[in-house]
Amino acid sequence: MTQPIVQLKDLRVNATTDSGRQVEIIKGISFDVGPGEMLALIGESGSGKTTVALSLLGYTRTGCRIDGGEIKVAGHDMAQLSEAQRASHRGATVSYIPQSAAAAFNPAKPLIDQVIEAAHIHDVMPAEVAREKAIELFRALALPDPETIGERYPHQVSGGQLQRLSAAMALITDPRLVIFDEPTTALDVTTQIEVLRAFKSVMKQGGISGVYVTHDLAVVAQIADRIAVLKAGEVQEIGTTEQILHAPEHPYTKELMSAFEPKAFVGAATDLAPNPTPVLDVKRVFAGYGPKGANNMPAALILKDISFDLMPGKNLGVIGESGSGKSTLARAVAGLLPPATGQIAFKGAELHPDLQDRTKDQLRRIQIVFQLADTALNPNKPIGKILGRPLGFYHGLKGQAREARVDELLDMVRLPKSIRHRLPSELSGGQKQRINLARALAADPELILCDEITSALDTVVAAAILDLLKELQRELSLSYMFISHDLSTVEAICDDVLVMYKGEIVERMPTAQMRDGAQHAYSRLLVSSVPKLDTHWLDDLQQDPEITAQFSRR
Amino acid sequence: MTAVTNFIARKSGYNINLVGLCSATVILFWAIVALIAPMITPYPVGEIVDWDYFGPSSSAFWLGSDYLGRDVLSRILMGARFTVGISLGAVTLACFIGVTLGMLAAVIGGLFDQVLSRFLDAFNSIPSKLFGLVVVAAVGSSVPVLILTLTAIYAPGSYRFARALAVNINTMDFVTVARARGEGTLYLIKEEILPNIIGPVLADFGLRFVFIVLLLSGLSFLGLGVLPPNADWGALVKENISGLPFAAPAVIYPSFAIASLTISVNMMIDNLPKKIRDRED
Amino acid sequence: MNTIILRLIAERLGVMLVTLVIVSFTVFAATQLLPGDVAQILLGQAATPEAVAGLREAMGLNEPAIPRYFNWLIGLTQGDFGLSYVTREPIADLIAGRLQNTLRLAAITTLISVPLALSLGILAALYQGTKFDRVVSTATVMIISVPEFMVATLAVLIFAVYLKWLPALSYANEVTSLWQLLKTFAMPVITLTFVIAAQMIRMSRAAVIETLNTPYCEMALLKGASRRRTVLIHALPNALGPIANAVALSLSYLLGGVIIVETIFNYPGIAKLMVDAVATRDLPLVQSCAMIFCFGYLMLIMLADIISILSNPRLRT
Repeated sequence: MTQPIVQLKDLRVNATTDSGRQVEIIKGISFDVGPGEMLALIGESGSGKTTVALSLLGYTRTGCRIDGGEIKVAGHDMAQLSEAQRASHRGATVSYIPQSAAAAFNPAKPLIDQVIEAAHIHDVMPAEVAREKAIELFRALALPDPETIGERYPHQVSGGQLQRLSAAMALITDPRLVIFDEPTTALDVTTQIEVLRAFKSVMKQGGISGVYVTHDLAVVAQIADRIAVLKAGEVQEIGTTEQILHAPEHPYTKELMSAFEPKAFVGAATDLAPNPTPVLDVKRVFAGYGPKGANNMPAALILKDISFDLMPGKNLGVIGESGSGKSTLARAVAGLLPPATGQIAFKGAELHPDLQDRTKDQLRRIQIVFQLADTALNPNKPIGKILGRPLGFYHGLKGQAREARVDELLDMVRLPKSIRHRLPSELSGGQKQRINLARALAADPELILCDEITSALDTVVAAAILDLLKELQRELSLSYMFISHDLSTVEAICDDVLVMYKGEIVERMPTAQMRDGAQHAYSRLLVSSVPKLDTHWLDDLQQDPEITAQFSRR
Repeated sequence: MTAVTNFIARKSGYNINLVGLCSATVILFWAIVALIAPMITPYPVGEIVDWDYFGPSSSAFWLGSDYLGRDVLSRILMGARFTVGISLGAVTLACFIGVTLGMLAAVIGGLFDQVLSRFLDAFNSIPSKLFGLVVVAAVGSSVPVLILTLTAIYAPGSYRFARALAVNINTMDFVTVARARGEGTLYLIKEEILPNIIGPVLADFGLRFVFIVLLLSGLSFLGLGVLPPNADWGALVKENISGLPFAAPAVIYPSFAIASLTISVNMMIDNLPKKIRDRED
Repeated sequence: MNTIILRLIAERLGVMLVTLVIVSFTVFAATQLLPGDVAQILLGQAATPEAVAGLREAMGLNEPAIPRYFNWLIGLTQGDFGLSYVTREPIADLIAGRLQNTLRLAAITTLISVPLALSLGILAALYQGTKFDRVVSTATVMIISVPEFMVATLAVLIFAVYLKWLPALSYANEVTSLWQLLKTFAMPVITLTFVIAAQMIRMSRAAVIETLNTPYCEMALLKGASRRRTVLIHALPNALGPIANAVALSLSYLLGGVIIVETIFNYPGIAKLMVDAVATRDLPLVQSCAMIFCFGYLMLIMLADIISILSNPRLRT
């Protein structure tokens, strides 16, 4: 039997905290990776998956230290080698593909120099040969203009292209092992497909072993042979992809799988009056940034001719890729970005475009919740004060009454009362997002604009937040405008969905029809690009290359 | 000493290292001296008490005597009042004005921000010593003039620093949420921005204090700062500079006094106490 | 060179001109704060009212301030700096030789301090955390923490008082030999070099270290690059803009340093001229010197800006 490429035995990594205390963040992890095999490390944030992956390069980030165990890569124990010896393997025996290729390329140097740099450092081939090889790899990775793309600078190519270029950079020295660190997380779904396909084909061709770090089960299903599920620095379960996906044994794996299952949304059974007034009625809105030009339009026009309405008690999803203008739409509705032209009416009454000219009561009835709970809460204010402010501001609540209402709000978002004395930094991501919601609820709003509020959360936590939103809707008469790039999230909570592309609404349809009944070519492309928990999905996927070329910015 | 830093760490939840602690002690020492100087000077400040001039250190005159035979220790202790007092006054005013305007510019933005920034940047590009010289040439030197001039010189830098910080905070979602709620500018500045920039602002306050001490000493050294019969540390060096060729204590100790204060503040900033985030309690 | 770069540079030039006008206005306005009558002050209490009135007329002080400001500004652009209140000589004549002396001092200091400081700064970043780095860093903090006159007095104490290598007061009018030239400039140059190099070392070290913390420098390490290669090939080209800024900013400290150094060492440069003018309240001379200094300072800042524009790869196509 052939030797495994990676033999990781009882890896332990320590981190030093602010007070100088040692904390074990990787608590004895062991696994093997065979020749030509792709092992996925899957886990949520803080599970230690990136730390494990980097340790295979004999590398730890500042503050961390490999404390014990054996890290055998192609027969060399990275834990025992000197720093110079480790460096001699990095980029030669084992190479690395980073999460954000855009940040990992030196902006001051042409791409080709960086792609072939490892070959030069390790002196494996002359520069001319390395260039030839790089061009071959560019071709294999389906990059446009393989002959000349290397002459460009990083800012001159797109994100998806950079990600494939970083794969070329990793493969130039014919390494035995490639580490993929969430390489498609930052990409749009339509771009992700091409990149995944490219990775898969070059790895198969070269028979190279890989370790693929990600939190996305569907991506793993397409690319991995085996999966190791990590949580809190320990391996919970390890098995073949088919086994983990279809017959998970560990409770945590089961929880992960069930959070991933798409849940169909059953709309709140609100009986609408025959001709109800929409909560929100947006007509022919144009908005953007920069100075206004001759036609009264801003220099950078983001939203073009947006019209839609939202009925009381209903939820409207807005989906689209980065740059589609979906977040700008929320800002325009909230009055943060006054539209250049067009009307926004709330319950039949027209709203002033600029929030400074809206009444306090109008402001109160529309609340906005942001994506990143970290930046949406003032890090210097205890939770009690954060929730207390809108109560005082909108409702004039003071003293005991305010305190009591804060407790009620915490209860509403299923958080313990004791949390009110803590600072945001002392809460978990999910808890922060609940506080974020509670702050919006404090206003007693009728419409909540949710801007990607589950995107930064781990799958299990995000699922719980969605359940909470549904419960709240049943208890209070709320409508949500739910902005997301994630189709399954929108499916789980929205009655209707708007598909946006480059600042325009290309289609509106009931969410239930989204998977099969989308009419517009872009909607269909978007829907078909979302990876499924099916190991054959990527190989079987048929997309019209013309439509793909038309809409995806690769 | 590590026992002391450990004690502080346990009590306050802040980690301070040895260098930081020593610097803090020196700063505190000079602050107290500046407050109680008249009570602790061994000799009257202006009086000639030694027969010798540029006398060496002795049991009667710990730090020797100056070019007229006055007690150097007494003059340094009183000089602390001027050096620390004027600098502290100026830095407080400069940072108050700079930080307030900086936050306003960040929150209001638009034309207000552009005009103010352009103007203060231009003002900032007058070298500091030069501006001091011009003002002193025009209106002469006195303590209030010195404080106001130093304020004028260092407020634009403080503005620029605070504005840059505030602009970053201003883009944060929690400020957007507050704005969407309908909060006014004053609330945004006071509740949302200031608490989040106060750390770096205080460090900048310290740095600017050092700059001001150095500039004030420089002006006094040129004979254009604190004027006789009063003397800050820079003036003490100037009036005794003729003792330099024979390394008289009267020219060396005032220099040490300046250095001890400015180096301590700089070291303190580089070794600020760190909040212990993973305190177990 | 492409149009974007040219446009940015033109923009910087425009900003510099506007700044120069604001600066000149500030300098002019500051000197108008003078309480009392300039003519009276110049002639002393004993002067007859007629003499004072005559001088006021001759100096154009009866005109309102705004036209006087513009006359002065127009004069400046034509090299007409006006007359000294004290010596009644044309200021241009007073300044000419002195300016040359100061420029010579500045040039020698720059030639020594820039290469010295940049190599020390980059080496300190390369060997971050080692004993070498700690020694360099501590020394630079010490130097920037003390007034320039203290560096100068220390230099005198060490080189003139204890070692007796150099004379304390250095300027000789006739420089006949290389040795004498060295002796003449040694003390001022040593002092200024210390003051400026300390700033520059600190800032260039910080610029390189900041660049080292970027993902692309981490990527270079993960490709197997040594720390030296990472610093020299990846960090340095990207730190060029900040380093150029550091150099220009540090050179602007030359101004502050030169004022002190020329006074201490009795060096007949323009800074000494200005300090003397302040003492005698020779306002036109003070204004002119101030404008020359500000102009030099702004030129340096602009140069730094242009270098950072040129070193930005996003603008190179």
